[in-house]
Order: sequence, then C-alpha cells, then structure tokens
Amino acid sequence: MSLQDPAGDLETADEASAVVERDPDELAELLGDAVIGREEHVNAPGFVIRSDAVQDVLSTLKEEAGYDHLSVVTAQEYENRYESIYHLKKYADPTQEVSVVVPADKQNPVSESAEPVFRTADWHEREAYDLVGIEYDDHPDLRRILLPETWQGHPLSMDYDKDQPQVVSLREHANPLQADHREDESDTMFINIGPHHPATHGVLHLKTTLDGEQVADVESDIGYLHRSEEQMAQSGTYRHQIMPYPDRWDYISAGLLNEYAYARAAEDLADIEVPEYAQIIRTMGAELCRIAAHMLAVATFALDINGDFTATFMYAINDREQAQSILEDLTGQRMMFNYFRLGGVVWDLPEPRAEFFEKTRDFLDQLPGSVEEYHDLLTANEILQMRTIDTGILPPEVAKNYGATGPVARGSGVDYDLRRDDPYGYYDELDWDVITEDGCDNYSRLLVRLQEVEESAKIIEQCVDLLEDWPEDDRTIQSNVPRTLKPEDDKEIYRAVEGAKGELGIYIRADGTDKPARFKIRSPCFSNLQTLPEMANGEYVPDMVAALGSLDIVLGEVDR
Amino acid sequence: MSSDQPFITDDSAVVTETRDARMGEGRGDRFNSRLREAFGSSPFILTKFDKFLNWARGSSMFMLQFGIACCSIEMMHTYAVKHDLDRFGSGVPRASPRQADVMIVPGTIVSKFAPRMKRVYDQMPEPKFVVGMGSCTISGGPFQEGYNVIKGAEEVIPVDIHVPGCPPRPEALVYGVAKLQERIANGEASPVTVKPYELEQFSDLEKDELVEHLTDQIDEDDLVMRYNFADSP
Ligand code: SF4
Repeated sequence: MSLQDPAGDLETADEASAVVERDPDELAELLGDAVIGREEHVNAPGFVIRSDAVQDVLSTLKEEAGYDHLSVVTAQEYENRYESIYHLKKYADPTQEVSVVVPADKQNPVSESAEPVFRTADWHEREAYDLVGIEYDDHPDLRRILLPETWQGHPLSMDYDKDQPQVVSLREHANPLQADHREDESDTMFINIGPHHPATHGVLHLKTTLDGEQVADVESDIGYLHRSEEQMAQSGTYRHQIMPYPDRWDYISAGLLNEYAYARAAEDLADIEVPEYAQIIRTMGAELCRIAAHMLAVATFALDINGDFTATFMYAINDREQAQSILEDLTGQRMMFNYFRLGGVVWDLPEPRAEFFEKTRDFLDQLPGSVEEYHDLLTANEILQMRTIDTGILPPEVAKNYGATGPVARGSGVDYDLRRDDPYGYYDELDWDVITEDGCDNYSRLLVRLQEVEESAKIIEQCVDLLEDWPEDDRTIQSNVPRTLKPEDDKEIYRAVEGAKGELGIYIRADGTDKPARFKIRSPCFSNLQTLPEMANGEYVPDMVAALGSLDIVLGEVDR
Repeated sequence: MSSDQPFITDDSAVVTETRDARMGEGRGDRFNSRLREAFGSSPFILTKFDKFLNWARGSSMFMLQFGIACCSIEMMHTYAVKHDLDRFGSGVPRASPRQADVMIVPGTIVSKFAPRMKRVYDQMPEPKFVVGMGSCTISGGPFQEGYNVIKGAEEVIPVDIHVPGCPPRPEALVYGVAKLQERIANGEASPVTVKPYELEQFSDLEKDELVEHLTDQIDEDDLVMRYNFADSP
C-alpha cells in the first residue's frame, strides 16, 4: 500500500496560495475596520475585533488567507470584560497561526457565533457558554454541553460559588419504548444509547432517532465525566502541581503524550530549554504510549464490530501489557506516569541500562509479528471488511470543517501531523513517515492506526540507538529551572502536540503569579466526536457503532 | 438425533459412556476422589444452607461491565490476559445490571453521572455488592476540589470494598475482589443506609430558593438528585 497521499497532491495545487505566509500587517489590512486592536501572543499575532464582526473576520481569514482550521475557542473572564479567542491555523502548515480575540461586555456578554463559518465552533461555543457564560448570537443551539441543564452558574466565571447546592434531574432517561417516543406520522423512534453501555467506550450518551433500522439523527450528550480538569490546572502551580493531571485526560495509557502537551506549552511560555538527551527520552516514551493507545483503539474497535473478536482484544491487551511494563520500568507507574518535568524528565533511564534497552528491543522485535497478526485477524477478515469498508464516510472537507485531527483526519486523507508539521521534541531528527489513507471510511481509520504503530516502533528504535550511544558525561535529564515559575503578566500561548487522538493543545494565560490565570485544553476527541452525526446519519445502527468505535474517543478527554 | 438409532430408556448410560471415554486413564483425580475419600462412603455433606449459599455466591460472581474513567482501563487489564480475574471465579462481565451481582466502580463520579450510577445500582438484583476502585471513588481523588465532582462513591451508593490507588494495579483489584469474596463467604455485606445523595422526586425536595428557581424547568414527579456541596467532606 502506498504511503503517499493522493489527496495531498490534489490539494497542493489550489492550496499553494493558501500556504503563503502573510505578515500580521497584511492580515490586519485584509480585515479592515473590524480590527479594533492588536495583541501579541507567544504563538501567533492576535487581532482584537468587534464582537459583531466575528463571522466576517473568520470567513475572510478562512477563504482569503487560508486559515482553514479552527483549533479551539477559548473563553475567559477578565476584571472588566469577557473574551473569546478563536485559535486559527492552517491544515497545510500549522505553524502559521493567528488568534482572533473577541471581547464582550462584562454586564451582558454577547458576541457573534462562528458556527456558520466553522462547524466545529458549535460545540466549542456551547462549552464556552456552559463554563464561562458568554452568549453567542446566531448560534443554532446554545445549551449547556458539559454540565447538567439544571446547573446554576458558570463555574469558570469569577463570581461562581463552588459551595452552592445543585439539583440534577434524571429526566433524559425516560424509557425509550414508551409510546410517546414514537411519532405517528413520521414513524421514527427515539432511543437512548448510554451513558452506561458497552459500545460507547465510557460514559457517553447518544440520543438516537431511528427510522426503522436506520439512524435518522444522532446527538451526543457528553459531560458524564466532566472532572473540572481546567479548574484543577488553574489552581495548580506550573512547576509541580499541574503535571500529574495531563495523564488523566486521555487515560488510555497516553499519559506521556498529554504531558508533552503541557510541557511544550509551559516551556515555551517560560522560555525553558530542554536538554537534548531528555528530548530523546521524552520522544521515546511518548511513542511507546502511542503504541499502547492505538492497541486499545484497535482492540475495542474490533469488539465493536463483532463480539467474536475477543481474541484480538486479548492479543492487543497482551501487547499493551508489554508496553506498559517498559513504561513502568521507565517511569515507575503503569498508567499515570507523571514523568515529565518542565525542562526535562524526572529521572534517567533505569539501571541497568543494557537490560532496559534489551527489553525495549525485544518488544520492538516482536511488534511487526503482532501487527501482521492483527492484519490477519482484522483487516484481512471478510466480516470486518464488510462492516467497515465504505461505512462511516467522512469526506476530508467535512473533517476539516469540524476540526478533526489525528488518525480520524489522516484516515480521510488530510495530511496533518504535528510531529512533522510543527516539530517538537526530537521528531524532526528522526526518520519516519506520516501515514494517510484516503478511503475516508472506518476501514481507513483502522489501517492508519495499525500503520502508525509501526511508525512509532521505528521512532522508538532510533531513540534507543541514540540513547545507547549517548556519552555518559552528557546525560543531562533536566535543565536548570527556577523552583517557582512566574511567567510575565498577560503572556498568552497556545501550543499543541500530536496526541494519540490528534491535536492536543493547551492555551495558557499567565498573570504574573505561579499559577495560570486561564488554562484551556483543546481536546482532539471533543472535535472528532462532533463528526459522528456526519458519519452516522442515514446509516444502519451497527454502522453507527462502528463509526463511533473508529473515532476512538476517550471520554476523559472529551469532557475533561 | 436421527430416528434409526435404538431407543435408549436409560439415558444416564449414554452420559456415563461418553464421559468415561473422554476421561481415559486416571479419571479418579478428575472427580476429586481424594475429597470423596475424606467424606467417607457417603456422597452427602452436611452444611448450613446459608453457609453453602454464601460460598456459592462468593465463588461465582458476575461483574457488571461498567467503565467510567481511567481506572476502567486497569479494570480491563484485570479481566484480560495476564491478570485474568476469571481465575478467581469472578471474571465474567455482564453488560446488563439485571444479570450482575457485583459492581466495580472504576472512576470519578461527577454530578451528571451520579443519578445514572444510582439507577444502575438500583437495577441490580439483590444481593449486590460494590467494589470502589481508585481514589476517586473513595474521596474524589485528584479531583476532590472539582466543582462538579462527587466526593466519593459512598455519597451515592453503599460500597463494600475500597481499593485505593490512582489507578490501583490489577493485582490490587484482584486482591480487593478476593477480599470481597471472603466477606461474601462469611455472609457480610455493607449495611444499606440512607446516603447523602439520593434520588428523590422533585416535589419532595425542600422548597428553598434553588428549588423555587427550578420549578418551571423540572416536573414535579421527575427524579432528581440534590447536591449539597457545602456539606461534602
Ligand atoms: S482514581 Fe485516579 S486513575 Fe482512577 S479514575 Fe480517579 S483519577 Fe483516574
């Protein structure tokens, strides 16, 4: 199978103009009088715009300047105003970023919705409304998304009282077979899937409307695992107290990938250098995590397709056990590693090093064999092919519109991988490929994951080689970082890494203290899950379950 | 069975024959002949009915397949190869609460989920047991301060065994389950008491400011859960 991406070639022609980088002044000119001020964020120029010009500005940036990826919408409250920030990027070149800052009135925080321009803004703005309390004009469906509908107050706003009582109803769980859930004329039926259901990969609730065997509409109801991650990070100190939390966002053993996201953002914010040796260890650990995460994705996807794929599940768990055992040797924990520190990692490779390398090599040596086995068991299996080829179609344009990233986007032929496109760590020194498939279906997403496991193995192998030969007197694992970090007041940054599920980004605003004033997590699963209706509507129920499985969501990351 | 076979009146003979053929040599061991010997010639044992039932209950527990958060990943590992909880007679996860005896609560419980968890617990047939897995089910764990987090599963349902850790290793969970089996075999279960957070009809709530405020959003007979975060531990 060719690793070349045919869609990529098509795009290059008409996107060549989009990739041209424009300097901020040019952009400001393009946007005209909508711009009322300028800001400088660490990662990008920021344009402060009028709150009624959001759609104009974003569509100009999207159509004329090529910023086609709305990563995330950050909402926050200041002493004197509310603010929404739209972090824009280009799929073709994610190092070109721009932040669109929309201030809103303190008493009556309303600003225009970006939903007509970027579909992905739908959920992001609902979240902003839910947690911070900004209202969006022109939004199709502005309701709470993470918290229960009867919740009082907006928890990340300044005057929120954490101790007030709350009442939560159980109403949504009416018996789906009740007569009133079936409409006479239209002959559709409403059915709840979840939040406690084996096919939803955790606590996700799908409100499905069925027309016979087909899905007429599906709406994801999330928030059953909204653990206040952003609040937790905002009340922790940069240096030590935040790092344990990223492990718990995407908890499918992807801990080091998440820690990478925080480490990258905070290090860039506070100008911390990371020694090369530590970079290599980080890269190796992160890729081990990616293997473990993809293994579980493949395993549970197989189970979703057909309950008889239990053998695959056991094989994958077995491979995960090995990866976890190596990670345990490295970090001391099986899942919640807490291994990175700002400026490096917490300790060096375990002694005796030779044994560690041997163990890692053994794992890598048997990996091609097991991947082969998965191909025999899954991708070559007729039942699986029937269920996955040409089901759950996600065209690349739709994927981009929803801000999909990671294997979901790459399975739709969108050639976007931050490890290569916005290099960090040691990735750009190593030799590996970005995998894309252009089938846009469930099968492609499975193929992408399986091939990415092999690519990760390549990366780890090169890291092990490097580490083995690294001169003994140059093994610095941490640079010198002050005990208390206090980034300057009003310094803002958005930085992302390629997590197991896609672009995992973090926005931090410093306020001169040792804790962030705003900590926003851009979760890839949150955006990816939004594409589910596009893939499932009109399909059969089991195909919807397959599509959900192929999205590989983790509710801890969706809900944060 | 095809009709030209001879009609067998004593069908136990068939069973014995095939069994004997399958067992081959040394079959005595397969049927615990040493245990038999210990009993003497009588094939009966004398025990208290309750004790026997508790023993049976503890030795064959059906778990509820119930994943919440990070801990459920380790729970899956506990069920799967290497740790294989099934060795201890308790590794068959059932997807429906109506078929399950034991619920392992693997993760953080937040305000939106607690009523659902209570509902799932209520749907399990008696006698039922709960293993709280991880720090989150003990106190809210790392998220104890969270505005949306319930400070432990005990606030909502009774918990028999707490397995601490974040997440507990599979071995720890196996140990917790073994402890639960021991307790069940001894006929112990945690007392069912009124929990701080219960499902109630909306009309039964005390009519304070919050309830007044919500009257037009919630029907009188809707089930609700009221959280008094100020009194939470
Ligand atoms: S105890 Fe730790 S691992 Fe378990 S659910 Fe809570 S945070 Fe996750």
